[in-house]
Amino acid sequence: MTLTQPSETRRGPVARPRGPRRTRGGRGAARAAGLLAALLLLAVVVVLSIAVGAKQLPLGTVWPGLTDPASAQYTVVHEMRLPRTLLGLTAGLALGLAGGVMQALTRNPLADPGLLGINAGASAAVVSAIAFLGVGAYSGYVWFAFAGAAAVSVLLYTVGGGRGATPARLALAGAALNAALLSYVNAVMLIDAASLDRMRFWTVGSLASARLDVVAQLAPFVAAGTALALALARPLNAMALGDDSATALGARPGRARAGAVVAVTLLVGAATAACGPIVFVGLIVPHLVRSLTGPDLRWLLPYCAVLAPVLLLGADVLGRVLGRPGELQVGIVTAVLGGPLFLHFVRRRRVARA
Amino acid sequence: MSRTPAAEHPHGKRNDMGRTAPPSRLRGEGLTLAYDQRTIAEDLTVAIPDDSFTVIVGPNACGKSTLLRALARMLRPRAGRVLLDGAELHSRPARQVARTLGLLPQSSTAPDGITVADLVARGRYPHQGLLRQWSRLDERAVRASMEATGVAALADRYVDELSGGQRQRVWIAMAIAQQTPLLLLDEPTTYLDIQHQIDVLDLCAQLHEEQGRTLVAVLHDLNHAARYATHLIALRDGRVVAQGPPGEIVTADLVHEVFGLRCQVIPDPETGTPLVVPAARRRAAV
Repeated sequence: MTLTQPSETRRGPVARPRGPRRTRGGRGAARAAGLLAALLLLAVVVVLSIAVGAKQLPLGTVWPGLTDPASAQYTVVHEMRLPRTLLGLTAGLALGLAGGVMQALTRNPLADPGLLGINAGASAAVVSAIAFLGVGAYSGYVWFAFAGAAAVSVLLYTVGGGRGATPARLALAGAALNAALLSYVNAVMLIDAASLDRMRFWTVGSLASARLDVVAQLAPFVAAGTALALALARPLNAMALGDDSATALGARPGRARAGAVVAVTLLVGAATAACGPIVFVGLIVPHLVRSLTGPDLRWLLPYCAVLAPVLLLGADVLGRVLGRPGELQVGIVTAVLGGPLFLHFVRRRRVARA
Repeated sequence: MSRTPAAEHPHGKRNDMGRTAPPSRLRGEGLTLAYDQRTIAEDLTVAIPDDSFTVIVGPNACGKSTLLRALARMLRPRAGRVLLDGAELHSRPARQVARTLGLLPQSSTAPDGITVADLVARGRYPHQGLLRQWSRLDERAVRASMEATGVAALADRYVDELSGGQRQRVWIAMAIAQQTPLLLLDEPTTYLDIQHQIDVLDLCAQLHEEQGRTLVAVLHDLNHAARYATHLIALRDGRVVAQGPPGEIVTADLVHEVFGLRCQVIPDPETGTPLVVPAARRRAAV
C-alpha cells in the first residue's frame, strides 16, 4: 500500500498560523509564551486605561494613584478610572470567552452574542423596564438585562432543539430572535421619547457609567461563567468533529451543549447588563485568536479571555482620545474599528469556514 | 442475561450450523430500532464474534447503518438492549465505553485549520480528563496510529488540504488512537475511488490481523465484503437473513434473497473468496 505524497491539493496562498515543523511540546511552549505576551499586553492597556482621559495622568503617577490615598491622583483613579478599567476587563473577558464558546457551539464563525439575539434580549428587557415599569436607576437595569439575556438563551436553546439542537438550528433560531427583539426595542423607543433618551446611551454600549458596586455584583457571574467555559473546552473540542464522533469519543454532546448555553448566558448577561450591548468583541477576538492558536479550544478560550479585554479597553482608551474633550462610546469604537479589521481577516483567511 | 446459543440467531437460516456460538463482547438482543415514527428493525438479534472482521451488508434502507449506530450507542433502541461485555451499553459511563468501543462515523467534520497530528490526538479524549492531561502514553499512541495508517509523514499538514483518501486514513488514525479493542466503521469507503477503497480496506484488514482488533464495518460493495470479512451479516428489511464466513454463506440464492439480484458466484481469482457476478440484462429476464 503506497501512499502518494500529496502536493497537488494545496490551495492558493493562505496565511497559516504556524511555520514549518515543530514538535508537539515546542508548539505548546510557543502557545504558552504567546499567552504570557498577551497578558503583558493586557497590563499595558490597563495602565493606559487608568492614565488616559479628560484629565491626563502621567504614567509615573498611576501606581501611587492606585495605592497611596495621599496621592493627588487617588480620587480620579479610584472614583473614575479604576471602576471603568475593571468593568472593561470583566466585560471584555466575558464577551471574548462567550464569543469563543458560541462559535464552537454553533460551528458558525459568525456566532456572537449580538448575532444570536442574546444582546437583543437584554436590550428588550431593559427598554421594557424603562418604558413600562418606570425603572430609572442604572443598578435597576442590570438585573433586567440579565433576565432578558437568560430568557433569550433558554428560548434559543429550546427553539433550537434542546438536547438535540444542531448548530444550524441554533444559528437560525438566534437570527430570528435577534430580528424580532430588535424590532420590539425600536418600536418601544419610537413610541416613548423619554425612554428613548435613557436607552440611547445604554444601547450603544459604554463603560463610562461604571461603578465599583456594579462590577462587584457581576463578578461572581463572570467567574462562574469563565470556569464553566474553560471546563467545556475539551468536550467542545470533541464536538467540533461532529456529534457522532464526540459521542464515540465518550463526550456527551447534549450535556455539553446545555452547559455551554449556561456559560454564555452568565457571561453575556453580566457583560451586557453592565455596559450595554457591545458588538464585535465577541465576534472578532475568537477569529483573531484562531489564527494564533489554531482550533484547539484549550488554548483558544484562554487567549480569548486575555485578548478580548485588550481590545475592549484599547477601544475605550481610543474613544477617550479621539472624542476629546468628550469621548466616544466604546461600543461605537469597537464596531467602527472592528468592521474593517474583520474584513481584513475575511480577506486574509478563510474564516467563513468554521 | 441469556447467553444461550439458541437465542442468538433466531432468523439465521444459514448460520454457522452445529458450531457453538463464538464468544462475543458486543451483541444486540431483541433490538427494535426506529427513527421517530419509522421503524427500521424489530426484534433484531446479532452478536459480533470476538477477533472477527465483521461486515454488515444489505440493500439500501435495510437497516445496516442503523444497526451499527445502535451497536455504537449513537441510537438508543426502542426495545431490546445492546450489551458490551455483558453490561447494557447505555447504562455504562460514556468515557469507559469509549475506551472499549470506537466508531468511525459516516461523516465527520474537521475543524478548519487543524493539523493531522492534532486531529489524531483528539482520539485520546476518553483517556484524558481535567486532571489527567496529555501524557507520554498519549504521544506514543498518536505516533503509533499515524504510522500504522501511513499518515506519519503528513503529521504537520492541514487536514483540509488532503485528498479524500488521505483524509479517510487520518480519521481512521484518530479512531485507532482511541485504542479500543472494538472498532466500528460506518461505510468507510463511501466517496472514495476504487484505489482508495481497496487502500482503506487493506488497512482495515491489516489492523484486524496485526493489532488483533475486532472490526465491524458497514459496506455497500458485496464483493469487497466477501473478500475482506471473516464474518458476514446479511440484512434485509431489518432482519438477519444469513450470517457466517463469506465462503460458506455467499451463494447466488442468498444474493437474490437479500438484494433481489440474479447473479453467479464464482471464486475470486485473487483470493478464492466468493465473487458476485451480476447476470447480464438478457439473462436476468429469464
